[in-house]
Amino acid sequence: MSSDQRTVIVTGASRGIGAACTALFASNGDRVFGLSRSAGPDLEGVEYRLVDLNDANAVAAVLDAIDEETGSIDVIVANAGITRDQLSVRMSDEDFSDVLETNLTATFRVLRRGLKRMIRQRSGRIIVVSSIGALMGLPGQANYAASKAGLIGMARAMAREVASRGITINVVAPGLIDTEMTSALGQDRLEAMAAQVPVGRLGTPEEIAACVLFLASDAASYVTGAILAIDGGLGMGL
Amino acid sequence: MSDDATFEKFKNCAVEVLQVSPDAVVLEASFSDDLDADSLDLVELVMALEETFDITVEEDELEGVDTIGQAYALVTSKI
Repeated sequence: MSSDQRTVIVTGASRGIGAACTALFASNGDRVFGLSRSAGPDLEGVEYRLVDLNDANAVAAVLDAIDEETGSIDVIVANAGITRDQLSVRMSDEDFSDVLETNLTATFRVLRRGLKRMIRQRSGRIIVVSSIGALMGLPGQANYAASKAGLIGMARAMAREVASRGITINVVAPGLIDTEMTSALGQDRLEAMAAQVPVGRLGTPEEIAACVLFLASDAASYVTGAILAIDGGLGMGL
Repeated sequence: MSDDATFEKFKNCAVEVLQVSPDAVVLEASFSDDLDADSLDLVELVMALEETFDITVEEDELEGVDTIGQAYALVTSKI
């Protein structure tokens, strides 16, 4: 294994956008560690480290181990996220805080640890997966939207802190993407929403991964604190 | 390790991380005023010192560490 190989960490790697990212980085020749509760597709160049991202100690142990084994942390794709959709007036405290905890707080911990290595390296790439929901605000998603919007503020604050160290932190905001998360909305609702998209269809996880790969590249070194909407024009102007 | 050797090791870290000349690394030197080091530089220096000396420095221990001398005292208290 070449020592020049980048160490790429993807959270929420087992399916959807996370799985597409692990596959694309692996095919790019990077050494990919997928962090998730269950393993994703068996791919060359990808190792899954099974962990509950809400377990701070377990996550710290996993990241320490990766850092120790490879000697570097080059790219982090912070993608793990859950939904617990419910109308606000009926949403429980738990449904609100659980989503904030998993989507925002757990991500903070991963980034904090990754940045320690990246600062010493004076290089790094972090891509945070937000959502069109963060800016658009979709019904039933007060918790999800709060967490995804929170990621934007957090990413930008961190980006400003570490920009002088050759580390960029960017946000991608996927729109309606063909994954398990959106198929849970139901066929009829999905079709109605797809009709609203200027491009006229759902996006694919691969289309998100392609943008993430670009932001992780040297070619993107002048891009930091940016929000890249990948939504077929659905959130245009937000 | 003798006191001199320890300070040399400490100095090398400071020179590497803060990108200053070895002559500037004296006990009285202030991070912000003399060495042009901001809070991120200090964090990076502490991480380098943790690795070099195999010690752990807690967040609150950095409170009031404004000079090379104070940072050095913190390190030597742990080794």
